[in-house]
Amino acid sequence: MSILELRDLSVTYRTEGGDVPAVRGVNLTIEAGDTVGLAGESGCGKSTIAGAVLRLLPAGTRVDGQVLLDGEDVYQMNPGRLRAVRWTSAAIVFQGALHSLNPVHRVGAQIAEAIRVHGSVDGRAAATRVGELLEQVGIPASRASRYPHQLSGGQRQRVLIALALACEPKLLIADEPTTALDVMVQAQVLDLLASLQRDHGLAMLFITHDLSVLTHACRRLAVMYAGRIVETGLGVDVFRDPQHPYSRALAGAFPTIGDPSSRLRPSGLAGDPPDPSALPTGCPFHPRCTVAVDACRTTDVQLRPVGSASSEASAACVHVEPR
Amino acid sequence: MRLRFVIGKVLGALSTLVFVVVVNFFLFRVVNDDPVESMFRGRNLSAEQKDRLRQQFNLDGSKLQQFWAYIRELLQGNLGISLQSRRPVTTEIGEALWPTIALVGTATTLSMVIGVAIGIRAGWRRRSAFDVGSTTFSMFTYSVPDFWLAMLALGLFSVQLGIFPTGGLQDAGTTATGLPLLLDQLHHMALPCLVLAIAYVGEYAIVMRSSMLDTVREDYLQLARAKGLRDVEVRRRHAVPNAVLPVVSLSALNFGFVLSGSIAVESIFSWPGLGQATLEAIRGPDFPMLQGLFLLFSAAVILANLAVDLLYGYLDPRVGGR
Repeated sequence: MSILELRDLSVTYRTEGGDVPAVRGVNLTIEAGDTVGLAGESGCGKSTIAGAVLRLLPAGTRVDGQVLLDGEDVYQMNPGRLRAVRWTSAAIVFQGALHSLNPVHRVGAQIAEAIRVHGSVDGRAAATRVGELLEQVGIPASRASRYPHQLSGGQRQRVLIALALACEPKLLIADEPTTALDVMVQAQVLDLLASLQRDHGLAMLFITHDLSVLTHACRRLAVMYAGRIVETGLGVDVFRDPQHPYSRALAGAFPTIGDPSSRLRPSGLAGDPPDPSALPTGCPFHPRCTVAVDACRTTDVQLRPVGSASSEASAACVHVEPR
Repeated sequence: MRLRFVIGKVLGALSTLVFVVVVNFFLFRVVNDDPVESMFRGRNLSAEQKDRLRQQFNLDGSKLQQFWAYIRELLQGNLGISLQSRRPVTTEIGEALWPTIALVGTATTLSMVIGVAIGIRAGWRRRSAFDVGSTTFSMFTYSVPDFWLAMLALGLFSVQLGIFPTGGLQDAGTTATGLPLLLDQLHHMALPCLVLAIAYVGEYAIVMRSSMLDTVREDYLQLARAKGLRDVEVRRRHAVPNAVLPVVSLSALNFGFVLSGSIAVESIFSWPGLGQATLEAIRGPDFPMLQGLFLLFSAAVILANLAVDLLYGYLDPRVGGR
């Protein structure tokens, strides 16, 4: 059984300005121990998916389809069951640089709280475990008594990783965990996540806008645009040989190491992501697409398998030959 | 909290107090040049008698000489003699102090506890029936003048219904002592206390609610929820300790204003506290008394400010050099 399965997941935010469809029919499966990257620009719905898995979206948000965590539909659970699976079945590594840690509590206490919610552990045992967790992410156990503001951005991010591991979840959802860090610290945190993933056999859903980060950390990749997955496949394939024009633009936005000329002509993508409440007709990407044809204005091609039978690739573009 | 932080705050408070003493002294000298003249206006006093009175009230000599005399007396805990009662100002203030602390202190505590509880619940579930109802109530009581509320309550509960006495600290000519006296005094205090509590509660509720509304959006609440905490635990352990910080400063500052009390409500209920004493001293005008009262009120506010700073250093780890 898969650790996580999203079946035709749609999420619609209800705002005063009307309904905003943030996620529109996403299918995604993560097996035990697998690593899946979810990439896309800001506002494409990738963080909404992270919130949807643990039912953390604002009250009144409409969620259609199914989220199966270990085969159990999260949206059918009663409140007690939901609290029990949170952090034990799946935990989230939040983006830590800003406000994910409570400023008035010591970091050790914030980790211990998670441990004590999910198990009858006394204070001393919890403290010992907190120490172990911190050491595991490369922070001296003595730092448990520090407040968040006394730690650097990289240390705070490590604390958030330790916190996510506190209840030994099977699935780790990393939601932009390196976004606010400088490049050196970013690399350290990525290495740490990769080694923890290997050591614990964790399944991981890695969410970021940085495609180059994903190819290092993830076996499989899914590229999102306007609330939908437009391409998915093995990480190396998507990065080296993107099928969808949007993935191509995303991959092209990063300079190739060792090729100085590529740094001087970053091939960005013109325009802004579409407003989710007023999507273009047909393929939502067509206004920004360099290879759009007339058909793109009217037909919205669904995600379909492409390439050879052995590949895991799918793409949603009229130009891509279905298998 | 670092010692340097504490010392810095205490020194700051002390220098403010010195500033207040100086301004306080000269302020009244600017307002009225010769209290004796205005006090005995229309009465036939010889120049000799006036001089004796000036000497008695420390009003002879130059302004600077008067000032040093005042400071000397102040350092010995002497605030001068009341022009009206001819008793020491310290005695007058001492007698009026406790009724005010009892009345306004109780009202402030009551309104703070209730207001904060209302604000927490209202801000946690924005636009719920409770939120809409309590916010309307808070806005109303916050904007209603306390003297109007006091007169209304007096008219309804004391005059019409006769449930509460119309004023005073205790029944006139009572000979009761001990518990019966205490009960009698509580009976007298109940209505003014209720009026003040209602007048104050809105401010706490509104400030706490808006602080809650800011906190509700914080990422760490999302994380707390994701950890599997119950809604009430998220609120109590993660939202309230952060949201309560602005209310802490508000409360401490308001406690500084307990002594200056409510002049209007005290006078409507004939409550023999500092508020009424102030009113009478202004009518005089009784300068030594006013000077003493102002000094006390300023000292209370400065002390309350100091308490806020130190409390903040304790409650918010980001403050106080921890």
